[in-house]
Amino acid sequence: MALLSISLRYAKPYTRFVAAVFVFQLLSTIAALYLPSLNAEIIDRGVARGDTDFIWATGMTMLTVCVVQVVTAVGGVYFGARTAMAVGRDLRRDVYRKVDELSALEIGGFGTATLITRGTNDVQQVQMLVLMTLNFMVSAPIMCVGGIIMALREDVGLSWLVWVSVPVLFIIVSVLVGILLPLFRLMQDRIDGINGVLREQITGIRVIRAFVREPYESERYRTANERLTRVSVRVGNVFVLMFPVIMMVLHLATAAVLWFGGQRVEAGEMQVGSLTAFLQYLLQILTAVMMGVFMVMMIPRAVVCAERIQQVLGTETALTAPRGDARTPTVGRVEFRDVTFGYPGAERPVLENLSFTAEPGKTTAIVGSTGAGKSTLVTLIPRLMDPQSGSITIDDVPVSQLSREQIASVVGLVPQKPYLFSGTVASNLRFGRDDATDPELWEALGVAQGADFVNAKPEGLDTPISQGGTNVSGGQRQRLCIARALVAKPRVYLFDDSFSALDVATDARLRASLGEATGGATVIIVAQRVSTIREADQILVLDARRIVARGTHDELLESSDTYREIVESQLSVEGVA
Amino acid sequence: MVRRKKTDAETGVTGAAATAVADEEFQPTEADGDMFGGTPPRKAQQFWPSAKRLFGLLAPEKVKMWLVVALVTVSVVLTVIAPKVLGQAMDVIFNGVIGSQLPEGAPLDQVVEQARSDGRGDFADLLEKAQIVPGQGIDFTELGRLILIVLFLYIIASTLMWAQGFILNALVMRVVFRLRQDIEAKLNRLPLSYFDTRQRGDIMSRVTNDVDNIQQALQQAFSQLVQSVLTIIGIAAMMFIVSWQLALIALISLPLSAIIAGVIGVRSQKLFAAQWKNTGSLNGHIEESFSGLELVRVFGRDREMLAEFHDRNEKLYRASFGAQFVSGIIMPAMMFVSYLSYVLIAVAGGLRVASGQLTLGDATAFIQYSREFSQPVSQLAGMANMLQSGVASAERTFELLDADEETPESPTSTLPGRTNGHVEFEGVTFRYAEDNPLIEDLSFSVEPGQTVAIVGPTGAGKTTLVNLVMRFYELNGGRILLDGIDVTTLSRADLRSQVGMVLQDAWLFEGTIRENIRYGRLDATDDEVTEAANATMVDRFVRQLPDGYDTVIDADGGTISAGERQLITIARAFIAQPSLLILDEATSSVDTRTELLVQHAMAALRTDRTSFVIAHRLSTIRDADTILVMENGRIVEQGNHERLLERRGAYYTLYMTQFRGGESEEHRPEVTASSPVTVSPLDGDRKA
Repeated sequence: MALLSISLRYAKPYTRFVAAVFVFQLLSTIAALYLPSLNAEIIDRGVARGDTDFIWATGMTMLTVCVVQVVTAVGGVYFGARTAMAVGRDLRRDVYRKVDELSALEIGGFGTATLITRGTNDVQQVQMLVLMTLNFMVSAPIMCVGGIIMALREDVGLSWLVWVSVPVLFIIVSVLVGILLPLFRLMQDRIDGINGVLREQITGIRVIRAFVREPYESERYRTANERLTRVSVRVGNVFVLMFPVIMMVLHLATAAVLWFGGQRVEAGEMQVGSLTAFLQYLLQILTAVMMGVFMVMMIPRAVVCAERIQQVLGTETALTAPRGDARTPTVGRVEFRDVTFGYPGAERPVLENLSFTAEPGKTTAIVGSTGAGKSTLVTLIPRLMDPQSGSITIDDVPVSQLSREQIASVVGLVPQKPYLFSGTVASNLRFGRDDATDPELWEALGVAQGADFVNAKPEGLDTPISQGGTNVSGGQRQRLCIARALVAKPRVYLFDDSFSALDVATDARLRASLGEATGGATVIIVAQRVSTIREADQILVLDARRIVARGTHDELLESSDTYREIVESQLSVEGVA
Repeated sequence: MVRRKKTDAETGVTGAAATAVADEEFQPTEADGDMFGGTPPRKAQQFWPSAKRLFGLLAPEKVKMWLVVALVTVSVVLTVIAPKVLGQAMDVIFNGVIGSQLPEGAPLDQVVEQARSDGRGDFADLLEKAQIVPGQGIDFTELGRLILIVLFLYIIASTLMWAQGFILNALVMRVVFRLRQDIEAKLNRLPLSYFDTRQRGDIMSRVTNDVDNIQQALQQAFSQLVQSVLTIIGIAAMMFIVSWQLALIALISLPLSAIIAGVIGVRSQKLFAAQWKNTGSLNGHIEESFSGLELVRVFGRDREMLAEFHDRNEKLYRASFGAQFVSGIIMPAMMFVSYLSYVLIAVAGGLRVASGQLTLGDATAFIQYSREFSQPVSQLAGMANMLQSGVASAERTFELLDADEETPESPTSTLPGRTNGHVEFEGVTFRYAEDNPLIEDLSFSVEPGQTVAIVGPTGAGKTTLVNLVMRFYELNGGRILLDGIDVTTLSRADLRSQVGMVLQDAWLFEGTIRENIRYGRLDATDDEVTEAANATMVDRFVRQLPDGYDTVIDADGGTISAGERQLITIARAFIAQPSLLILDEATSSVDTRTELLVQHAMAALRTDRTSFVIAHRLSTIRDADTILVMENGRIVEQGNHERLLERRGAYYTLYMTQFRGGESEEHRPEVTASSPVTVSPLDGDRKA
């Protein structure tokens, strides 16, 4: 259903192209169908009567029909390809735009990986189906109906052969396809299975060798291989049956036409030429039926893809559009008032009745164990998602009233998972501010403790960065991410556990210079290490969805058991012998 | 055809998804497929040698291969003969029609004379040539006989075609099965350095996609190649037998088809390459902007990213339209050629039939031949592509199969059930590359039960050192002794079964927690699993999971946290009860309380065992009996904590920078609120 509605909706702007495809396919099919009829005339009126002039004349007509046929067929392909590719393009565009609209929550519900697949591969599948439909599925029924009409024109008496052979072929091919489709799925599962075992063998090679588990793994692999091979053999066996069976049906039909046709010719009810024409029409009809059924094989897969795309397109974002008249914050005072956030369907919210203020020029640190909701809290500030209740304001303006551009100009984020974009070091650093000068970049790098390694690269700022930043180490990636945020000079800095990949010394140096660089801006830091946040002006201790304590390090050591527990756990890990 | 394309494209789906999850694993743009010629035109480096070796895989099945060839040959011959017989049947009908138009009982000579004198010389020739009996209608006995012959021919041909397919299918599957087994066995014999120096995604695609591709090539290319070539030869021969004049006309279509297939084919291959490139570029952009979506938003890059997307999307649209259009033309063009020769044959055949130089049946047979001619021709063109891609894949797979293996084992000693764990390095030298010595002449000795901490900056070679203990790499010089036995005289399995290993990347396989713990010792009972879990703090959190020990761990984690994964790997080593331990302390951001558990678990594991620890925690280092300080692949210092500190050498510097936040111990000022210097791990020491 999704497939049909998506195809129709996206083909609609190209109705004229689709109409052109129909017209061209119709013409080309008519031309193709006309040829056997002309040939019949050559036999009946030319050959049988020895009229060579007629043969020549009809030959010329046939040639013309041929040219018409090829020209119209090419026309059909032209408009078919244009329509299908345009549908693919538009579909991709809408998926992309939709994802751009969604909140982090909604995106998380899908998962980035599947969204990528949906935007690329799934669209491609739908696009291919549209193309195949326009190229073949349109012509197959025309060919089928046209062939039947032409065949009946040649001789109604033999028409029962059409009514018998078409369903027979249809049923046989359908049954074979029906057997194959589930087998294909099974085979895909088995392929995934064996690939999974191999992937584990390669990624876990050290562990496997260390525990001398090669024989065990080989046995697992062998089982997977045997299972795959068994299904592959079954698929192959059905497949090799397909062609001979179809050929048998075609040949039986041919023999029947000759035998019964011969009798009708003898009885004077039919001409010889009509007999050959009838034969060719029947073969054309059967070919069309076969083609149609094979095309149907593509549908189940495209249906799945279309449904997956539809899920994305049908998602309504919970992020309401801002009115757009709010003033842009200039100070950067962040305030949470009674903020509650939970994932839909979850038993308990992630954050409950959170209230705090992060003042400009000061550092607010958030600590708590994994899963306490620290990263969620950070995500709410740039409005990547909305809380269920309560308000988040920057300079007393609710973030829900700020446009994306406004938020971007105020907030800078260093994410937990350092991510860089393909390009160069410079292009990444300028991500938040295009017009930053090279000295500014170097300055930011200096603060982020990244100047040394960038300097050490022969290409300096122009060092290429691969997608995700995989060509630099984790620590370097993190430092570049920090520098990127610094270059943008936002009013609010969000550091989401951004120092974890740095060694203690670098961490210390970085934070020492960071204070100056962030100047009067508001700094919010999420951290695991107590050492990282010890200097913060305000520490919020998050535990079980709530802020259980707040204050400075020293205050909290006095007042908060939870905080003390956290500190002590680290001290005993790192310090106590 | 439909089948393989489908699976290819589906592998693409999983490939793309896998990439997004683990970004180093796969290049999605390579795994992608589309329905018609979407795969990049990968070329084999050395086509013929690789092709020869590819078909050499079939050698063990030689007898059956010849059987397949024989079956195909017979089947093709029968298929090619059938239209000729059909033509004869057609003649019977036609002659009957003509005959019934003539006065019954009149001698043929007379009728022919009559026709000639009427000025219908051609018709007369026709009558004479076909030996028509005037007045006699269709000879149904003859017609029935011919039809039965045709049916018989086709039934046999189809059966043989099926039989060869059936045999070939099983045969190819066996060959591919063996190939897969060989590859897996090979993976087990490859040295670790092979995996270190190559991208995982690349190895993965060699052992998965490439093998699939080979299977496809063997399955389809072989039988179709034989079949197409034989059919072309057979049909050509039959055409000449029926009428060499018409055959020449029909053969005109051959170079024409070849030219069309060539010209359009080459053009469309280029366009497909362009489509491919643009698909990759667009998919890359989509991946990038979806993966970095938060950043795009927070940094206000939406508009630029969208503009870039539109640009690439439009380019892809143009490229793919071009590719699809041009490749779509091939079929109508081929059809045109086939219709063209049809018309020519219809006209020329008609003229010749009318003049009695050819029977009508032969003419119809000819038409059928000419139609069946174009199919194998275009099939051959398609096969060239598939073969090329298959051979390229084979080449990549052979590369893997030919890679240097670990030095074969010739164990001359065996270990007792459990060793004491006395480890000795004697002048050990190791290098990854010949000209780049990594470890030079290293000697030290570890007494049973001692802990060796290995410290040093990233890239100093700490991991390499422990890998040598595991004999993951072979030494370039010196010896490593375990309880006085040179480890090279042991089998690797024997050595490794003495060693337990906990690595930083907490690799677990897809299976339950119980299975993963038991991985350390396959015959461990459930009680022993629980015991190990208890000792390593795994039990606590497992009990909180709804499925307990039967919780399935998936490849991307998700169900359990990174710290918990780490704990399970420790339990796995624990249950193995090794006499020697290798631990890589994690630095990843595990929350502090889990971290504490990990530390306790590791400590439990170390008790009474000789341990090599790649240490990051000060506590571990200070407790160690020996500290090896590595720099640039060399051990620059060794000794215990106090002695090394006294020496004020490399360890001292490292200790001060790494663990003291750049402050020297003596002149450390009191930490104040305004001081940029923050707490170091040692502060805790003071407080405690």
